Amino acid sequence: MAPIGERDAVRRLLQRLGFGPRRGELDTATAAGFDATLDALTAPGPDAGAAATPAPAFAAVERVPKDPASAQALQQQRTQLVVWWLDRMAAADRPFPERMTWFWHGHFATSIQKVRFANLMAIQNASQRRLGTGDFRALAQAMAVDPAMLLWLDGGGNRVGKPNENLAREFMELFTLGVGNYTEDDVRAAARALTGWTVNVASSSATFVPKRHDPGPETVLGRSVADTTSLVNGLVGMPVSGRFLATRVWTRFVSDTPPDPGTLGTLLNAYGPRHDVTALVRAAVRTPAFRDAGSVLVREPVLWLTGALRALNVPASKVPAGSLAGGLTGLGQVPFAPPNVGGWPAGTPWLTTASALARLNLARAVVNVGDVSPVTAAPKNARVAATAALLGLPAFTPRTAAALAPLTGNPPQLVATALASPESCVSA
Amino acid sequence: MNALTRRRFLLASGAAAVAATAATVGWKDLADRARSYPLPVGTGVLVLVTLYGGNDGLNTVVPAADPAYQSARPDLAYGQGEVLDIGEGLGLNPGLAGLKQQWDNGTLAIVRGVSYPEPDHSHFRSMDIWQTASPDHPAGTGWIGRWLDANGRDPLSAVSLEPVLPPMLAGATTAGAALPLRGLALPSGPLATAFTALGRPSAGESPLQAYAARSITDLHRTVDTFGKDVDAKAKTTGKQGALAAQLDVVARCVEAGAPARVYSVSLGGFDTHADERGTQQRLLTEVDQAVSGFLTRMAGTERGRGVVVMAYSEFGRRVAANANEGTDHGTAGPVFVAGAPVRGGFVGEQPSLTDLDQGDLKATTDFRDVYATMLSDVLNADPAPVLGPGRTTLPLLAGA
Repeated sequence: MAPIGERDAVRRLLQRLGFGPRRGELDTATAAGFDATLDALTAPGPDAGAAATPAPAFAAVERVPKDPASAQALQQQRTQLVVWWLDRMAAADRPFPERMTWFWHGHFATSIQKVRFANLMAIQNASQRRLGTGDFRALAQAMAVDPAMLLWLDGGGNRVGKPNENLAREFMELFTLGVGNYTEDDVRAAARALTGWTVNVASSSATFVPKRHDPGPETVLGRSVADTTSLVNGLVGMPVSGRFLATRVWTRFVSDTPPDPGTLGTLLNAYGPRHDVTALVRAAVRTPAFRDAGSVLVREPVLWLTGALRALNVPASKVPAGSLAGGLTGLGQVPFAPPNVGGWPAGTPWLTTASALARLNLARAVVNVGDVSPVTAAPKNARVAATAALLGLPAFTPRTAAALAPLTGNPPQLVATALASPESCVSA
Repeated sequence: MNALTRRRFLLASGAAAVAATAATVGWKDLADRARSYPLPVGTGVLVLVTLYGGNDGLNTVVPAADPAYQSARPDLAYGQGEVLDIGEGLGLNPGLAGLKQQWDNGTLAIVRGVSYPEPDHSHFRSMDIWQTASPDHPAGTGWIGRWLDANGRDPLSAVSLEPVLPPMLAGATTAGAALPLRGLALPSGPLATAFTALGRPSAGESPLQAYAARSITDLHRTVDTFGKDVDAKAKTTGKQGALAAQLDVVARCVEAGAPARVYSVSLGGFDTHADERGTQQRLLTEVDQAVSGFLTRMAGTERGRGVVVMAYSEFGRRVAANANEGTDHGTAGPVFVAGAPVRGGFVGEQPSLTDLDQGDLKATTDFRDVYATMLSDVLNADPAPVLGPGRTTLPLLAGA
């Protein structure tokens, strides 16, 4: 298909490597140009918005409380954690690290439903943020011994003589290699290599207990490994691991059409022996395919929501809690509660009849507390166009423009309906 | 695990579903038809219950009398006195008292040892295989989706009660509809008019954007067709389980003569690598209360007597327990088929606990034969376009 223009390419960049443009940001970024915008997005630096939304500090809890008041307090922490993260996504001035944290949350998908302790989920989240733009091997090593991960995939009970395969299998299938790139014998051997770790909930930490560890050595994919470190190094070092990760990045940031061999080679060169995640993502968005008109992605619910929060300059914590929780549940995506270790789906599964209604209802709740003054300030006959501009969308189709025209007398309804439009459901 | 990735599958099904947008369907005609022609009384309706995570079949239909069972999982095993005896040395998990009643009534069939050749131990790949009915190669369409494609292409013929559409409902040209549990209260006034208008196609828009538009139109059709049944949900009391809530909506729709022939409901959490006994029994109790309550309700209504429930999981678990009083991923498991039209009893052989394949059960029944039976004897459809030629139907339905 034909390539898109510079402004549309910059829009894609802001939507996909961030959470969508704030008011006026698309104009500024387009003036700066694609390359300068990409550099600015991916450069490290201070972030006042992130600093103003510090992560909640939860005290460690020794065990799941039995008394109703403490159980409710734990539930309260869980809600607080979700709202905080959405606030952070909306507030970040340099959204790329936050966007990568969201990507890794879907990749190393861990659910608080089983982990139960908000403080452990917060620790995992901080690790994914700290390591999520650097060396994938370091991130993978951290995730292999992350307390929440060990609880989630039963790694804490995996010990010599009595292996538990859960973590070993998912680490290869979903985190590093992809299904079909290892054998059942590899799973069993990897499980033995991962033995020895226990979780101490009271101190929010994982501890290696040598007497619980199977010293091996084991043979995994033809390599001799003895422990978690050598196993993870070996897995991440395999060429198939780079291809697996590059394809995952591609389908989430660029296109649901897999990269052709030449493009995949470009991505792998960028990823390189340093397993450089930021270089990989940068290379992916600099390919011709990123500017192909056909490289449209469905915006997953959290990215759709945070895009709306940023455009309307309102934190998630201002949205009534019931509307926010109900909206995310109705859309099928609650942060810290992925449906399973495979994370959330991509593409059309988000576009159901049920979610069409949930999206409209949540949009109305967000608009109620958000700032639509740029639309209100425009003359009536310019308000549909002003709405597209406010939301960082391309011009509406004739269908949507005609549907919205009767609402120009009521800017909140106009903007809410526009947020539920087909144009808002995709990153065009 | 709960929904499914699924990775490869959803990517593939997404692509396939995009192709579906090319087909233009006369939405208004279909809506009118659905209203004017409710499902005739006595029509077969299939309710698919997916148990995500790999339910432990050996602790569901328990070979408690087999010494090999007791020695393979000493901390996990149920004693003969604990299970609900159903004969042939087998007993139901103590959490399944309601289904035991169905068994005694002759309305529960248990298909034993169900899997497929060269079983896969990945949740995602195995669930893909079950939902696409394609063990040999990744397929872009689900088995119910292909049934939709071959039988009128009406999205309202297959309805999911989950917010994210399960892959089995995605066909090449048709995807099933999703009904929200929280009710279908559309807005009113000018906003409603505008929202409805957003569902129209617009020339030249991208396939995914067109798909989004179509979901809005499908929503309005769904409200037209199912709205009053789902909205009656407001009466339901608070402490209902997730599966019971889904089946409650299904029951309302069936009783109202809604045009769906297939409903999809699900429950997750069966991935019991640790502390399995308590967790699984709690989940099975939830399944039992939800499903047996639903079956009892359906048996008491004229339209409900055509309903058949089929419950399955992506695999069973390893015969031997692991160190954490749990079990790792395994292979074959039982499939439950229940309802007034069902011929109760066992179908298929119970897999041996001593003749194993690397510690796993050997399958005795191919799941595609269960599907073929559902297509042929519940939906009155030819299984061949959905499953390929040569499937065998099983004696699961009383009238068949």
